[in-house]
Amino acid sequence: MNTRSTHEPIIQMRDIEKHFGSVIALAGVSVDVFPGECHCLLGDNGAGKSTFIKTMSGVHKPTHGEIVFEGKPMHFDDPRDAISAGIATVYQDLAMIPLMSVARNFFMGNEPIKRIAGIPFYDKDHADRVTMDEMREMGINLRGPDQAVGTLSGGERQTVAIARAVHFGAKVLILDEPTSALGVRQTSNVLATIDKVRKQNIAVVFITHNVRHALAVGDRFTVLNRGKTLGTAQRGQITPDELQDLMAGGQELAELEGSLGGTV
Amino acid sequence: MSETAQVTDLSDERIKEMSALRRALIRPELGGMVGTVAVFTFFLLFAYDSGMFNAQGVLNWSIVSAQFMIIAVGACLLMIAGEFDLSVGSMIGFAGMMIAIFSVTLGWPTWLAIILSFAMCITIGAINGFIVIRTGLPSFIVTLASLFILRGFTIYFPQTIERKTIIGGIRDVAEGDWLAPIFGGKIGQPVFQWLGDVGVIDTFERGTRQGQPVVDGIPMLIVWAIVLVIFGHVLLTKTRFGNWIFAAGGDAQAARYVGVPVNRVKILMFMFTAFCATVFATCQVMEFGSAGADRGLLKEFEAIIAVVIGGALLTGGYGSVIGAALGALIFGVVQQGLFFAGVESSLFRVFLGVILLFAVILNTYIRRMITGER
Ligand SMILES: Nc1ncnc2c1ncn2[C@@H]1O[C@H](COP(=O)(O)OP(=O)(O)O)[C@@H](O)[C@H]1O
Ligand SMILES: [Mg+2]
Repeated sequence: MNTRSTHEPIIQMRDIEKHFGSVIALAGVSVDVFPGECHCLLGDNGAGKSTFIKTMSGVHKPTHGEIVFEGKPMHFDDPRDAISAGIATVYQDLAMIPLMSVARNFFMGNEPIKRIAGIPFYDKDHADRVTMDEMREMGINLRGPDQAVGTLSGGERQTVAIARAVHFGAKVLILDEPTSALGVRQTSNVLATIDKVRKQNIAVVFITHNVRHALAVGDRFTVLNRGKTLGTAQRGQITPDELQDLMAGGQELAELEGSLGGTV
Repeated sequence: MSETAQVTDLSDERIKEMSALRRALIRPELGGMVGTVAVFTFFLLFAYDSGMFNAQGVLNWSIVSAQFMIIAVGACLLMIAGEFDLSVGSMIGFAGMMIAIFSVTLGWPTWLAIILSFAMCITIGAINGFIVIRTGLPSFIVTLASLFILRGFTIYFPQTIERKTIIGGIRDVAEGDWLAPIFGGKIGQPVFQWLGDVGVIDTFERGTRQGQPVVDGIPMLIVWAIVLVIFGHVLLTKTRFGNWIFAAGGDAQAARYVGVPVNRVKILMFMFTAFCATVFATCQVMEFGSAGADRGLLKEFEAIIAVVIGGALLTGGYGSVIGAALGALIFGVVQQGLFFAGVESSLFRVFLGVILLFAVILNTYIRRMITGER
């Protein structure tokens, strides 16, 4: 905790608002993310989590508010600006292309080039070798680099996407509900991957609506509720029950709990 | 204890064997290869004596196959990029008619007529792509509109200007032109003359061409087909851009998220398809010496069928240029083979329909194997 206060946040989101027509998806949300921390963003469906990280990754422009990246105000015009600045996002279902091989997916958009007679060819050997190495490091044993992503499990796909983002120099890694569609074992694999990434001093923003997943790897927790946040809690300063309570908007859950006889 | 371990080992081995077989099965070219072997076996057995396999016969079905190949390469890359172009056939008619109007009616140099037609058609291809990207409409609908618009103009222009729908005399005005032989010429004449002299190829025995070989060179049409197939294959499998083609068709949104310029890729593929259609048209116009308003009819579907036989998925993201070329070869051989074998030519359409159905079913099955869907 002490080390964190000495260094600067890599990204600061200040009073972010986002309106879609008459819908106010975000009503002034402020969050700081530090290198090497896993910052969990929790909240119920429709709370505005995805909208929030999409303003961070350049997909949406905030209606109001400021984004400070590495100490400087940033204006991302499209996702590519954010990617080249070092902000990588792994979307739950849009991460990989099932029909393409793991290696081709891994290098999609960043294909290595080998010039023969001045013509830029795709350097397949390099791509295959790096992919196999990176996958082994993440604990995935591929049959070969040509194996189609479609044959991997959901958790393995998430891991490939995360490894890809890290390999290409992500400083901030945003994961939008990476575990929500996964089984128990796959989930724990993804959580282990998040832990590895954090240890490389990368800032991880981990979106989930599962309190247990968040507590397993999170350093700090920000709860969104109807486009607002009640602030950020440190690990150890909040109990699972309190977190769950915040997510459901406190009062409402208390009422619900009363009517269900304490089963929630 | 050790026995159980052995049993597990054994069953593991069997799973691996299965997957090796599967891996061989999920090559996109598989259907095309099997089909090619089957078709050649069939005609070698039943039509060997028909003249289909002497020099003239081979040239005959090679030309037809090459025509299919030229448009199949464009359609293949476009389909892998996730789009269709139904205006290919109309564009063939349109491009040929423009060359005829520019060179014969207006009397411009043939090279200028050809270059202008290429420029116009590639621009139309770009507009097709641009509309598809901008509106988000299916390319099926957008290019169906182009199909009618282009065909309409291809009939309207010669009707209005010359009061007919066929413009001839192109060969005369192309005489001595430097660009026309790139599409209408032949290569390798000395080699064929020599082959004729030594008796490998038959020579004419009477008439003005006495002593010349019956096949006196390889038409540029075939050269174009081979060059385009190689170009398309290398582009698709060996370059960064090729990876973008797969990505754009596999999942455009996922590709965009990692920075693939999906819109640019798709528009360029529409332009390339238009380029291939214009190559086809130019070769045809130079061969026939005329342009007709009905040229290229139904070619878009034949191209798409060749591509599907070649293993490409109609939904995009998967396919092979070599496969599409084999699909085109199957077409050429069957169409001409039925002719040589004296079978009623309308049965070719029946064959097309049946083989298309088989190919689509096979491809769907292969897709399930790759993606693990049940
Ligand atoms: N592109 C959009 N246009 C209009 N409304 C949107 C759009 N994206 C999100 N919203 C709305 O914003 C709110 C927050 O959505 P979202 O950020 O996806 O929530 P979460 O990810 O927390 O489940 C929802 O009410 C949703 O309907
Ligand atoms: Mg969401």
